[in-house]
Amino acid sequence: MTTQIGPGESGPPRPPVPPAPAEAPPPRVNYLNVAYGVKSWLLTTDHKRIALLYLAGVTLMFFLGGAFAVLIRLELVTPAGDLVQSETYNKLFTMHGIIMVFFFLIPSIPAVLGNFLIPLMIGARDLAFPRLNLASWYIYMIGAAFTIFVLVSGGVDTGWTFYTPYSTTYSNTHVVAAGLGVFITGFSSILTGLNFIVTIHRMRAPGLTWFRLPLFVWAHYATSLIMVLGTPVIAITLLTVVLERTLHLGIYDPRLGGDPVLFQHLFWFYSHPAVYIMILPAMGVVSEVVACFSRKRIFGYEVVAMSSLAIAVIGFLVWGHHMFISGQSTYAGLVFSFLSFLVAIPSAIKVFNWTSTLYKGSVSYDTPMLYAIGFVGLFTIGGLTGLFLAALGLDVHVTDTYFVVAHFHYIMVGGAIMGYLGGIHFWWPKITGRLYPEMWARVAAVIVFAGFNLTFFPQFILGYLGMPRRYHAYPEEFQVLNVMSSAGASILGLGYLLPMIYLVWSMRYGPRASANPWQAKGLEWQTASPPITENFERQPVVSEEAYAYAPEEEARVV
Amino acid sequence: MGTELPLFPVPASTMAGRVDALYLFLILVSVFFGVLIATLVVSFAIRFRRRSPDERPRPIHGSTVLELTWTLIPLGIVMVIFLWGAEVFFAMARVPPASMDIYVVGKRWMWKTQHMTGQREINELHVPVGVPVKLTLTSEDVIHSFFVPAFRMKKDVVPGRYVTTWFQATRTGTYHLFCAEYCGTKHSGMIGTVTVMEPAAFQTWLAGGATGTSLAAAGERLFQDLACITCHRADSEGRGPKLEGVFGHPVTLASGERVTADEAYIRESIVNPAARIVAGFQPVMPTYQGLVSEESLMQLVAYIQSLGGPATAGPGAALASPAPAIASPAAAPRSRGQGR
Ligand code: HEC
Ligand code: HEM
Ligand SMILES: [Cu+2]
Ligand SMILES: [Cu+2]
Repeated sequence: MTTQIGPGESGPPRPPVPPAPAEAPPPRVNYLNVAYGVKSWLLTTDHKRIALLYLAGVTLMFFLGGAFAVLIRLELVTPAGDLVQSETYNKLFTMHGIIMVFFFLIPSIPAVLGNFLIPLMIGARDLAFPRLNLASWYIYMIGAAFTIFVLVSGGVDTGWTFYTPYSTTYSNTHVVAAGLGVFITGFSSILTGLNFIVTIHRMRAPGLTWFRLPLFVWAHYATSLIMVLGTPVIAITLLTVVLERTLHLGIYDPRLGGDPVLFQHLFWFYSHPAVYIMILPAMGVVSEVVACFSRKRIFGYEVVAMSSLAIAVIGFLVWGHHMFISGQSTYAGLVFSFLSFLVAIPSAIKVFNWTSTLYKGSVSYDTPMLYAIGFVGLFTIGGLTGLFLAALGLDVHVTDTYFVVAHFHYIMVGGAIMGYLGGIHFWWPKITGRLYPEMWARVAAVIVFAGFNLTFFPQFILGYLGMPRRYHAYPEEFQVLNVMSSAGASILGLGYLLPMIYLVWSMRYGPRASANPWQAKGLEWQTASPPITENFERQPVVSEEAYAYAPEEEARVV
Repeated sequence: MGTELPLFPVPASTMAGRVDALYLFLILVSVFFGVLIATLVVSFAIRFRRRSPDERPRPIHGSTVLELTWTLIPLGIVMVIFLWGAEVFFAMARVPPASMDIYVVGKRWMWKTQHMTGQREINELHVPVGVPVKLTLTSEDVIHSFFVPAFRMKKDVVPGRYVTTWFQATRTGTYHLFCAEYCGTKHSGMIGTVTVMEPAAFQTWLAGGATGTSLAAAGERLFQDLACITCHRADSEGRGPKLEGVFGHPVTLASGERVTADEAYIRESIVNPAARIVAGFQPVMPTYQGLVSEESLMQLVAYIQSLGGPATAGPGAALASPAPAIASPAAAPRSRGQGR
């Protein structure tokens, strides 16, 4: 994309840029130093500052959720339930799931990177509704406060899935508060999604047509559709759980004339698409990173863009694959299985397209690229094991075992978190104006990859052997694999702590970043690092496709 | 800590081999694609590594042929997996005729099983090898899931309704029984064993634990104690329909609909009689919801099943007659040859 440009350098080939020396020119005014003080942050309507507020929120929740994971893995080192009591163990995995899914994975990439980058990428001054954007952060924080209240007041033990009638009738824990926490934070998703959709439709820079949009923006567009259309369903569903618990409405409990399986339909009608809320944005990040670090347009750009939409649409039709053995009709199972196989295809296409982008590219191995390559590998395994689960007769055996646990961790931790970390590293210079220490970052990426596989690969075997999920104690023959998994988890934990340390360190001591340290394409790289509050000094105008790393005349079609 | 590291649970049912075969096929497919992607990514990353900071490779826009290839080939493969998975699933759903009936109730946090001959077990289940066993399951409280890894069999047990599944053991031994659906505090303690025995040994076991009262006989006593008998009289003079010859046969409802009277229908008629009214009768039957435990309900069902008489036709028909159901353990020695 070519533009008139703000401060900083731009345009066609420049001499190689060594990382800017630390004693670079004194900082200009930018969105970070334009105002100081708590109030200037808590009342800001700048999408970049709100993104950082979210960054603080989700990081806190990530380490909180991670602490529960540590305790879970510690308990599972021995077969006997000897570290904590069963009640406690059940609360641990429930809090872990609720926090990681609703308060980390769902908001992570959209609310942090999406918030920061979408206006920059489309050449806008801000999101369409800046105050609504701030409101969604507050709503998120209120939801998080409810969850933390649940935590300190004794916890909740229903599992993140809140299955009825356990949640409505039998559990003696804080189901109502936990349900309300998720209910509330849902509105933050809805508002963010709405904001993105309107922004992408209405505020693109002159010349920035739909098919010139970066794939990151396409992915967020698809994600936003799911957020807006799906989240209200989970909101109402959780509200009915709260109502049944408090007023004894007979919706789910068969003793009151309700149907417990109905809850599962409603829950998964949202929660399956929600898994795509977690993965699509990560796919968007990977597209940006792969293009930049192979200096090439993404192979089959249009197909990659459209596959995001296909995933969003078909993703709404496969919820029943979580219920093959729950008593839904055999024929319903057949239809849901078929559609689940279809939804795997667009994901496969993306993997092939990223791979082909490397072909005849100029590949460098900077940290974001290491994460992107890690993403492709782990997502491939996660997606392929999704096929095991979508195969009806096989799912009967592996459903509700550690096989499922491994599958979704490969996608959500191996995929979504790898994407998130890759994105954070990639845009860190833009966000903070500083470079992170590359060597440490590469080491951390490798540790995360190795630790991840050691943690979760044994769980596939464990699941096929028959170890059910959510087990506090287990038969002895499963111990070896569990010990491997716990050992891997400690490596993984280290891998996550490292970036936390060196990224914070770099905010103060990192060398100053130029406007475009990666020599990347995309409007966000054509304004200063960090950008000014208004994003661009002059309205950018776009006259090129996305990822035009080489002049168009050289393009060739195989 | 075990020293060896098995990758499969023992295959101990007719389904185990079929599920394992599909699993192995999927592993093959995954290894193929996994290795393919990994090799391509790594070799491209090395071969096309950046050699000079100013490199600007020529863009490649895409290729319809390639993209169609990697859409259609995976599509073909997943359709094979889909059909294969569906075939195994339908075999799991189709209960073979003349199976031996066993009733199971899940309750936080135990499994209660009842044999037709009256034996009752807790967190244990004894079955003969080589005989198809049909399980009718329900829960007294929350959702549980009846999981026997060695049989590759799992079924959610939902309160308020009957679900059925079946297995045919192929190997004697003792296997894990797990609850696979999270059900609260002692979910991981809701475990037990399934013991598969030689038919003769099973006969001895049955005789040893005999209470003298079969399930149907226990049901008959309940039928009198709960005063069902006042309305349901064998001479058709009561206010309710005569229950002889009902089970396994079609019933015409007041709505005009015809349904087959299976276990689920009988259960519903007792706990929620208003749901489906038999044609020609008034909805006067009181509900027994909450008055009869799930286990007693199962005894009543077994009793009404025993009144079913010879089946006419229909898929459920073969299960209708009490005689083969009760007799099947006795018949087991004869089926040993075919079972294995
Ligand atoms: C007050 C009289 C009354 C009593 C007591 C009663 N029933 Fe009924 N029952 C009826 C009537 C009338 C019907 C037919 C209308 C309907 O379907 O509800 C019926 C229907 C049934 C049916 C369905 C029969 C069919 O042909 O489809 C079953 C099974 C049944 N009852 C079982 C029982 C059992 C078991 C008990 C005792 C626990 C019981 N009933 C007690 C009156 C009674
Ligand atoms: C590539 C195509 C995919 C297919 C065919 C697939 C298939 C399935 C199936 C059938 C299940 C149900 C398993 C069971 O409960 O027995 C499942 C579970 C799950 N999948 Fe996937 N999946 C795919 C991709 C994804 C993606 C992209 C994500 C998330 C980003 C994801 C996240 C999950 C989660 C969270 C669960 C389990 C939820 C729970 O029970 O707690 N899957 N998947
Ligand atoms: Cu799903
Ligand atoms: Cu359980």
